[in-house]
Amino acid sequence: MTDILIIGSGGAGLSAALRAKELGASVLVVSKTYPTHSQTSQAQGGINAVMHENDGIENHVNDTLKSSHGLGDVNAIQTMCENAKENIEWLNILGVPFSRDDTSHIAQRKLGGASFARACYSSDYTGLKILHTLYDSCIKESINFLHEHMLLNFIVENSTVVGITAIDLQTMEVKELLAKSVIVATGGYIALYNGFNTNSNSTTGDGIAAALRAGAKLSNMEMIQFHPTAIKGCNVLMSESARGEGGYLVDEQDNRFIDELKPRDEVARAIYEKIQEKHEVFLDVRHLGLEKIKEAIPQERRLAYDFTNVKLEEEKISINPAAHYCMGGILVNKEAKTTLKNLYACGECAQTNIHGANRLGGNSLLEIITFGKIAASSAYKALKKDTKKQITSPTKQFLNDTAFIKAVYDFPNKINFYEKKEFMGKIFFKNVGLFRNDLNMKAVLSQLRQWQKEFSFMGIGDKSRICNKNLVEFIEFGNMLELSETVVISAISRCESRGAHFRSDHPFEVKDFAKNSVAYKVDGILAVDFEELNHEN
Amino acid sequence: MKIKILRFDENKQPQQKEFEYEVSTFRLLDALNEIKTKQDNSLTFRQGCGSGVCGSCAVVVNGVEKLACKTHIQENDIVTPLKYSKVIRDLVVDLNHQEQFLKEAKAYLNTFEEKEITKKDEKSIELQSSCILCQSCFSSCPVYEVNPKFLGPYVLTRVLRYVNDKKESNTLEKLEAIQEDGIWDCTLCGNCTAVCPQFIDPKTDILNLRTKSYQNGYTDPNLSVNTGFDAGFGFNPNGF
Repeated sequence: MTDILIIGSGGAGLSAALRAKELGASVLVVSKTYPTHSQTSQAQGGINAVMHENDGIENHVNDTLKSSHGLGDVNAIQTMCENAKENIEWLNILGVPFSRDDTSHIAQRKLGGASFARACYSSDYTGLKILHTLYDSCIKESINFLHEHMLLNFIVENSTVVGITAIDLQTMEVKELLAKSVIVATGGYIALYNGFNTNSNSTTGDGIAAALRAGAKLSNMEMIQFHPTAIKGCNVLMSESARGEGGYLVDEQDNRFIDELKPRDEVARAIYEKIQEKHEVFLDVRHLGLEKIKEAIPQERRLAYDFTNVKLEEEKISINPAAHYCMGGILVNKEAKTTLKNLYACGECAQTNIHGANRLGGNSLLEIITFGKIAASSAYKALKKDTKKQITSPTKQFLNDTAFIKAVYDFPNKINFYEKKEFMGKIFFKNVGLFRNDLNMKAVLSQLRQWQKEFSFMGIGDKSRICNKNLVEFIEFGNMLELSETVVISAISRCESRGAHFRSDHPFEVKDFAKNSVAYKVDGILAVDFEELNHEN
Repeated sequence: MKIKILRFDENKQPQQKEFEYEVSTFRLLDALNEIKTKQDNSLTFRQGCGSGVCGSCAVVVNGVEKLACKTHIQENDIVTPLKYSKVIRDLVVDLNHQEQFLKEAKAYLNTFEEKEITKKDEKSIELQSSCILCQSCFSSCPVYEVNPKFLGPYVLTRVLRYVNDKKESNTLEKLEAIQEDGIWDCTLCGNCTAVCPQFIDPKTDILNLRTKSYQNGYTDPNLSVNTGFDAGFGFNPNGF
């Protein structure tokens, strides 16, 4: 039996895999996509670490805490910031080609909300180069992969996670994969904002939805970060590095209207309001000059040209905010343990109380590397303590999921779920977006419940047993329906404004809400409570 | 606008067939999604970031490799799957060879050495390290017609990326790994360079690897037994 089963092969999953292998565990990485297709490839700006003697770890901690708006756990943040330099060095040794400054040190740039130039980067391909280097290292270490296998459910026996069921996306066969420990690193759920986000369409929160079904607690699901600058029309991301390097946000008359390096939530709302007032908003980097643009933000220059024919050195580019990152996810402590035994979570699918109500640029890459490794260490530690378990295979979960997949082929497909998915994106961005209120969110909730009832009248038009992406997207839509409900109920329950969560009907921060929202299922019924942050664990 | 897609289903006869669709969007990826969600749920293709960095949506349009997310379509464009890989279904091809090739070629940092890395050093591998593994170059490479074991453009570019990385102290083993079915098999046709969406130039990278190999005592096996008519051409027109 595999010691440590890792689900997801982005930056968090691969870091966990390398660490687990280094510790001596047998590892299997199961993932819906190929590693290099994962969301980490899109991270551009950088990865934060205090590298310079004029900066200090306490500054990084304080910036992160401040941006979290009271929802950051100082211990978890301290752990991440203290280990940041070591983790940059780890990546450097694996081969990540970090950009250098004139003194041959790793170059750093200042991103929004940071008190110091703290983001290490590889031009504006930081995530891509980290991800590919991790993948190369996994190949070197002969890590076992099951590519294009999608998680269906966790197998839970006696309140302990003992494995997963997954569907092979080539043969559409359901498989049962048992393991001593399971690490989930499946990414966020931004695809709920279908058509209004900067991410991959694959970010449907499958691991988070499976964790919810298995009985784990989710937390701060309402905390969604909107990136200020996505290209208008196609929502391709223009990284914060453009503003970090000195880019301006301007209206039609070239008037600047906000300090571009304020935290993302404030900048995004200012832009959204401008757009609501029928203005057009642009990112303007012309004053940086061609040479600087080519050197510091080559990817953005290319993206702008490829997607809109705009030459950044000559023209300003029209932008709008778009959903970008999920601060919420599976509730974990600073050892990456979920509330279920033998299940660990790291990366964007985990709620580690690092980002709280608003994430700082450069902290997400740092989080996935830091907590990917921590999750592996914790899972490995638990292996030693574990007594041998006997699991009777096939498990009930496997039989249920096999039956479910078989049944989906016979669903009537009277309702086109793709239409509903598109509509979900629209109503989410409008009503559960940058500005929210009780009435509108309740309308969204009733719509979601309607779709949940109609789910078995939806279905698939493609009945093939080979590489059936229609079936995959249908299962993803099921996960989206499950998670969208937790997002809306959490957002309705948090009657205040805090960080990225802004309520027009409750525009101020309320002290009593300086708590984690926690969503969980009891007998299939969703409950949302608020819990004190546990600073002790 | 009409586009044509060459679709494949192993359970149908004929297995491969061209279908025509009417679409209203200009970006190829949007058009594929329009067909899938509104006309025919069974159209099968890979997609991801939609912004040209995940490398999952490469296909062939009118014979040329393209990322669907970055391609604007024109009337009667023909979309086909990548070449030289087994087609699993429609535009989805088998990618299992990727890991095997990368491992064989030792395309990773093996023995780290602490060295000063200057701005210039980092720039020397900047382009090669921005490969997104989209397989466009692989599909464009005519060597695969005759040698399926050829390590190929993206693998060799990745090897050069680590050979030129000052942090790697054991570059010789990488050069050793790319002698057979590697750099000498390339015909230098330049297709790979022409199709790379990241503007990487694998052809020049392969030439650089050849130079480095020469410098380290390797020779072109096609030239080494130069004893007359059968020199490296695999046949002897005079029969002796």
